[in-house]
Amino acid sequence: MMRVSLFVTCVVDQVFPNVGMAMAEVLERAGCEVEFRESQTCCAQPAFNSGYRDQARSVAEHFLTTFEGAEYIVVPSGSCCSMISHHFAELLPGDKRVHDLEPRVFEFSQFLLNVLKVDDVGASFDALVTYHDSCHALRELKIKNGPRQLLGNVRGLRLVEMDIAEECCGFGGTFSVKFPEISGGMVRTKIDSIERTGASTVVSIDSSCLMQIQGALSRAGSKIRTMHLAEILASK
Amino acid sequence: MKTPNVTEALGDSKLQLAIYSATARMAERRRDVVSPDAMPDYQALRQHAHDIKKHTLDHLDFYLEQMEKNVEARGGKVIWARDGAEACAFIQKLARDRGVKVIVKSKSMTTEEIHLNDHLEGDGVEAVETDLGEYILQLGGEKPFHIIAPALHKTKEDVSDVFEKHLHSKRETSPEGLTKIARIALREKFLEAGMGISGANFLVADSGAVVLVENEGNARLTSSAPKIHVAVSGIEKLIPRAQDLAVFLKLLGRSATGQPLSVYTSFLAGPKREGEPDGPEEFYLVLLDNGRTKLLADESKRQSLYCIRCGACLNHCPVYRKIGGYNYPWVYSGPIGKILTPQFMGIEHDPWLPFASSLCGACGEVCPVKIEIPRILLELRSDKVAKGGDNVELWSFKVWSWVMRHPKIYAQLASAALSAAPTKKDSFFAVGPLKNWLSQRDLPVPPAKSFRDWWKERTH
Repeated sequence: MMRVSLFVTCVVDQVFPNVGMAMAEVLERAGCEVEFRESQTCCAQPAFNSGYRDQARSVAEHFLTTFEGAEYIVVPSGSCCSMISHHFAELLPGDKRVHDLEPRVFEFSQFLLNVLKVDDVGASFDALVTYHDSCHALRELKIKNGPRQLLGNVRGLRLVEMDIAEECCGFGGTFSVKFPEISGGMVRTKIDSIERTGASTVVSIDSSCLMQIQGALSRAGSKIRTMHLAEILASK
Repeated sequence: MKTPNVTEALGDSKLQLAIYSATARMAERRRDVVSPDAMPDYQALRQHAHDIKKHTLDHLDFYLEQMEKNVEARGGKVIWARDGAEACAFIQKLARDRGVKVIVKSKSMTTEEIHLNDHLEGDGVEAVETDLGEYILQLGGEKPFHIIAPALHKTKEDVSDVFEKHLHSKRETSPEGLTKIARIALREKFLEAGMGISGANFLVADSGAVVLVENEGNARLTSSAPKIHVAVSGIEKLIPRAQDLAVFLKLLGRSATGQPLSVYTSFLAGPKREGEPDGPEEFYLVLLDNGRTKLLADESKRQSLYCIRCGACLNHCPVYRKIGGYNYPWVYSGPIGKILTPQFMGIEHDPWLPFASSLCGACGEVCPVKIEIPRILLELRSDKVAKGGDNVELWSFKVWSWVMRHPKIYAQLASAALSAAPTKKDSFFAVGPLKNWLSQRDLPVPPAKSFRDWWKERTH
């Protein structure tokens, strides 16, 4: 049996626990033995992206200690996953633990498709859905078709592409509060594109993009809801 | 940290539409011509271009000397300018010595960088921009809005207004008609001009050639009609061999406007030789440092100098597309401006600049010479933090980092925060980051319990 250690990310842990639950459920259904190491906290990205490398480094070290010996680490976020698999090496150059960790960290959809070799989890979800490509998943992890393939195999789900699926939602971590007007302008462009599809649900593999998109949809009084891919795949 | 006031640009729906549609048009054309079907070797070419630039800048001293030798062998003269003042002083003196009253200029960001026009104007010399976009802006007293499409923010109606006011032309809103008005006015200037000034897209070291790439033919006329030609170029524009142009010319037009090749590619190799009917009698190449050697010294960010000024990163940048070209502090706007400005001016000049990015990475993805703009932005952020100054933020991250290494305290603090999470009702009292968040968006509904609490209950 495949042993999987969840890194749920601080955003999912504290704001969107349903995403973590859904991910655990899908992985267990696919036959994995799932563990959650309670000493986990954050991937260190907020400090790293804000230029506080010393502070980020010590949190990255904490991550390494927490996940020591884990066979596979699965993350419900392209951005946090990329922080670990791509940027830890910049914080801790030459560190053997980072080198050993990289091939064992997977974003959730990548893990299903590339490790478990599952593209149909038996989910059903009756809705017209559009998929938002989150930037770090797309450009750093090269995740483009995987989530669409998984969505395509969900019973009742019809996938419709928005015209600017690859354009940033404007979240960008602290960018969203340091430059609120620019960030707000970006997300409004995004939700205009989402609205044009006629979809009832917008799906992503990053909860922080969804927090931004949901916040703007709600502000605009839209009925469109946001869901993480894991939540769709856990739907029966 | 003081940030620019972008409210006006964001609230101007006409401007937003102009930026959005013009950049989208260039981005779409680019996408079509670099697609795997249209150009199977595109990614390999990018890497090749990156490698050539890396090699050249790693051996810049050698190629600069080779360039100088070859320009002089063709009868031209090379002027080394440490900064903008030296470059301008040379050109001003030359104009004075030769009694030049009118100068025609083709589009050059480098001369914008050193404010050459202002210096010449101060001497009573008329320097006329002959690129259509630049000409429109010059008449209206404005600066370039975009690296390659300087008047991108102007509609046809705006241009007609400018021409009516400054050229006293009739109302005309067709692009052809407007071009004709400019053409008639500019022809006069080409005939009058005693000197032509251009920039340079590439400097070819092995042949001493200055290469100009353009679509309007004005750069060719600028460099061949007047008796004196001065090309002003940053020292980073070098490439080793003429054959390397095969790589760069394929990438430049495609990345900029989606053209397989720009309409005119001119090679300036010194003054005209005996028996040649056209061309300048005197030829000067001003090689400008103006801070470039400072960038060269920084190995991890040196690649910022690989830029070939195609503008693709601007067209794909969601921030540039919102705030436009005038909210950047220097002549170079967009993502490339965000990494060049702090390195040229010092990070303390505009400390907000590298932070004004969502780090989406679209710029790095489309850069034809593979400059890792997002990575350099992150390094600049770290450089800014190292300079100090924001103690509140520093201590916040120190506390944050400590909490993140103490999971029990993290869990307790997080559940306390959840139970105190603000709702729409009390958002009126929000301050700081929360206020900024709420200025644009709603907050998510806080969950009943965290994932870790749920997991604990599930397993026990």
